[in-house]
Amino acid sequence: MTRHLLSIDDVSAEEIQQLFATAAEMHDVQKREVKKLPALRGRTVINLFFEDSTRTRSSFEIAGKWLSADVINLSAKGSSASKGESLRDTVLTVTAMGVDGLVMRHSASGAAHQVAGWLDIPVINAGDGMHEHPTQALLDGYTLQRQLGSPGSLEGKRIAIVGDLTHSRVFRSNVKSLGKLGASVVAVAPPTLMPSGIAEWAKADGFATSYTLDDVLPEVDAVMMLRVQRERMSGGYFPTSREYTVGYGLTRQRLGLLRDGVPILHPGPMNRGLEISPEAADAASSRILDQVSAGVAIRMSVLYHLLAGEESA
Amino acid sequence: MSDAVSEPATDGRVVLDSRDISRALTRISHEILERNRDAEDLVLLGLHTRGVPLAKRIAARIEAAEGHPVAHGALDVTMYRDDLRTHPTRAPHHTEIPPGGIDGKTVVLVDDVLFSGRTVRAALDALADYGRPAVVRLAVLVDRGHRQLPIRADHVGKNLPTARSERVGLRLEETDGIDEVRIVELEGVTA
Repeated sequence: MTRHLLSIDDVSAEEIQQLFATAAEMHDVQKREVKKLPALRGRTVINLFFEDSTRTRSSFEIAGKWLSADVINLSAKGSSASKGESLRDTVLTVTAMGVDGLVMRHSASGAAHQVAGWLDIPVINAGDGMHEHPTQALLDGYTLQRQLGSPGSLEGKRIAIVGDLTHSRVFRSNVKSLGKLGASVVAVAPPTLMPSGIAEWAKADGFATSYTLDDVLPEVDAVMMLRVQRERMSGGYFPTSREYTVGYGLTRQRLGLLRDGVPILHPGPMNRGLEISPEAADAASSRILDQVSAGVAIRMSVLYHLLAGEESA
Repeated sequence: MSDAVSEPATDGRVVLDSRDISRALTRISHEILERNRDAEDLVLLGLHTRGVPLAKRIAARIEAAEGHPVAHGALDVTMYRDDLRTHPTRAPHHTEIPPGGIDGKTVVLVDDVLFSGRTVRAALDALADYGRPAVVRLAVLVDRGHRQLPIRADHVGKNLPTARSERVGLRLEETDGIDEVRIVELEGVTA
């Protein structure tokens, strides 16, 4: 297994299945009366978040605690980073306190990769700018594999990823991860939210692209809606949010285009009424809350594989 | 995974063949029944890897003798081991606790080879996280000695005095296609 988890590139298809198998065992722990495993007893994990997060940070925290690690949360707001300390000084300072693993989110693409080069402890990327969010992609793949009843792979499954592809690290990680799992991905977005150069990229990584959601929905086995990331948008990607919804939102009307029981995913947080309607978010086939619970299991699995064994000692 | 050195072996000498193993399991099954008149409260938990098929076999024998099924499952102790940090990370196996749980039950842990006792120590810790059995007992196919902890088995298929330089290799039909126990000299001496 890899030393750091910075990108889906760090794990092979086989290792992803191994992480899923461990996550399935961790999932069972969530149902136990004593939700605690001693595997990381005496280890300290720091969650260093330079960007806002609810579910990722809290699920890393729960994951660490259920494995008996000591977990410390540090957000940039209120830390020395806001007093002008450099990223390098901040991470060296906090890890000098005797930390065994670092979970990091940062608004700059590549930040986790850079930090990993400065430290001799495992670094887990919890989202870096518009680059990658590997644990999100793993929990999405895990949820889909369980949902679509295909243990071992997603071979032959067609999965639509819809929305703000340009700004989405979730999309970038998922394209790699779903590809490794054998699924075929179709990326759907308005032209302005398609990353530049996506045609060559799609050819190289073997996924399809489309501008027309209505054509794609009837033929997919699962649909993953992405959040419209207004905080990363400086200009006119679409005229009004109403127009975005009409073209690319999973509206009540569009639900009818999906085959029966096709799972609906969203990494959260949702903009209800923008990219996803309440009817879709709360549909019986919505797997959004399953993704959240899978998130804890996957993060337990990742922390266990990266921190429990001798290599990290 | 009874302990780090009980890997399946194809060299060395056979000390138990399939008939010996079968007889030993039959005897263990009857001993378990004698100690627990009421098989209703009995839960057999096999320790991964080779304790799991052994627990199934014992459960089948008890069912044949008593005429009703006995609860059985599997317990993985990977997360509870005391040597996690001195080995590369090992993937956990599936723990299967029978639907009735273990609270108030007589739990019999089943393993293939009893050696240092560390696996059993880990199993006792793991059990405590699943509930509170009334009694916990230990059944092993082979006791090879060299305990490092104050642990002993209640039911032993075969006491096999060994040297530390020897390795006990056990293979089972379910996992390896054959039933046998071998002793292999570790250093130097090869057949």
